[in-house]
Amino acid sequence: MKEMKFYGTALPGVEIEPYSGKLIVIEGTDGVGRSTHVAILRTWLEAAGHAVLDTGMTRSILAGRGIKDARAGHTLGGLTMQLYYAADFADRLQNQMLPALRAGFVVLTDRYIYSAIARAAVRGADPDWIRSIYGIALVPDAIFYLRVRSLEELAGRVLASGRGFDYWESGMDLRLGEDYYDSFIAYQKLLLREFDRMKGEYGFQTIDASRPVRRVAAELRRSVARLVEGEPETRISLSAKENLSESSPSAKDGANVKSPEVKEGSKTESRIESKSA
Amino acid sequence: MISYGHHRYPGRLFVVEGTDGSGKSTQLQLLYQWLKAEGYHVFFSEWNSSPLVKDTTKRAKRRRLFTPTTFSLLHATDFADRTERDIVPPLKAGAIVLADRYIYTAFARDVARGCDRAWVREVYKFAVKPTVAFFFRAPLDVAVDRIESARPRLKYYEAGMDMEWSEDEADSFKIFQGKILDEYDHMVSEFGLTVIDGTQAIRTQQRQMRELVSRYLKETLKEKAVPGR
Repeated sequence: MKEMKFYGTALPGVEIEPYSGKLIVIEGTDGVGRSTHVAILRTWLEAAGHAVLDTGMTRSILAGRGIKDARAGHTLGGLTMQLYYAADFADRLQNQMLPALRAGFVVLTDRYIYSAIARAAVRGADPDWIRSIYGIALVPDAIFYLRVRSLEELAGRVLASGRGFDYWESGMDLRLGEDYYDSFIAYQKLLLREFDRMKGEYGFQTIDASRPVRRVAAELRRSVARLVEGEPETRISLSAKENLSESSPSAKDGANVKSPEVKEGSKTESRIESKSA
Repeated sequence: MISYGHHRYPGRLFVVEGTDGSGKSTQLQLLYQWLKAEGYHVFFSEWNSSPLVKDTTKRAKRRRLFTPTTFSLLHATDFADRTERDIVPPLKAGAIVLADRYIYTAFARDVARGCDRAWVREVYKFAVKPTVAFFFRAPLDVAVDRIESARPRLKYYEAGMDMEWSEDEADSFKIFQGKILDEYDHMVSEFGLTVIDGTQAIRTQQRQMRELVSRYLKETLKEKAVPGR
């Protein structure tokens, strides 16, 4: 059981009480593979007997559809968008995440408030303003920040996914480039800078997402196992699943490795910086 | 940094505030007619009217999906869209913008519903500061009587039924309006609201309103003076 801690003032009507679940955030820019890893983690956690709730931006019953419609119209202004996302977040927090955490679920969230803060900052919003709004957010148990080594790699992934470039993912509302590609690169570069700034502020654990999916998944699994450990069924299933990790150290050993992700993260960072300089 | 707080736009922004039944909409309508007749370029902006948010709000009200926080944030979203679309551009163009309810409505309602005072004010930090904000003050029983005689049935959120203060709609409405009125009273000095006694005759109130508004009007705000017309 853990005490509920909020970044700012908790939401009205929410009882602040210890909860037995875990709030695990997967963050990162577009195209880093967040949803893939949420799906892999979910399957693994459920196999280990943990009840899982997964959630993500614009998936609220309250505002999800409205945001999608508003985005489709391409007439959404910067402020309006930030607040619409905040309404979506508040609905999911109060009606999905908090009840699930109280009931002992592992809540996996594909993005949390950090993507919203990064998007707002890139659009010129006052950093204190957007942070105050998200003061209603519960401090998560872990924040995994998936980061790739180069922006070209992100673009490649977006293309490989078959979706092509999206108007908003490319930041077309900001008119940063002549076409979707140029704009995508410029926009994601700005977002990356915001994410990197937030690393220390919010205590992100950086995961090098340029490696093969199964290596990234193994690292995430080890870290998540540490979080949910103490629950006997997890330990049992970890040893049963060791064969999934293949080339990476076994999941059990992984628990003893001293956060390798931090070192990898800082290496990655200097690589991108020298590239964009 | 997007903050319109201390704008220097050539236009003017006049807003009316007050509890339901305070008579503010009637007064704003009369002001609008007068300004039009005088030849000014006037824009009207209503609470809860953003085309991007309206359907979501309607659906949420019908299905009772709101919590105090989401009620607050969705109304802020609506207000942000109106600010970006209906309020800032006309003000920049030198027009007069009239708003029926403004941020003070949100401050009063959301705090009455339990939202943190400082948090709600922070959410609306981007709002344009009005030239004059009129607060039509009517005693609670007068306002409640006006609403109850005008409307056969109160709506769920309007009556504050979501807060479960009372099982009875009329009681709940009174409790809610009482809390809202307290918040307005606090805001008079905090934001320098101009108080108009809403129990006076309609014409008297309108005269006071026009007198104050006229101090901020200039020839350049008239329709023929707007560039491109």
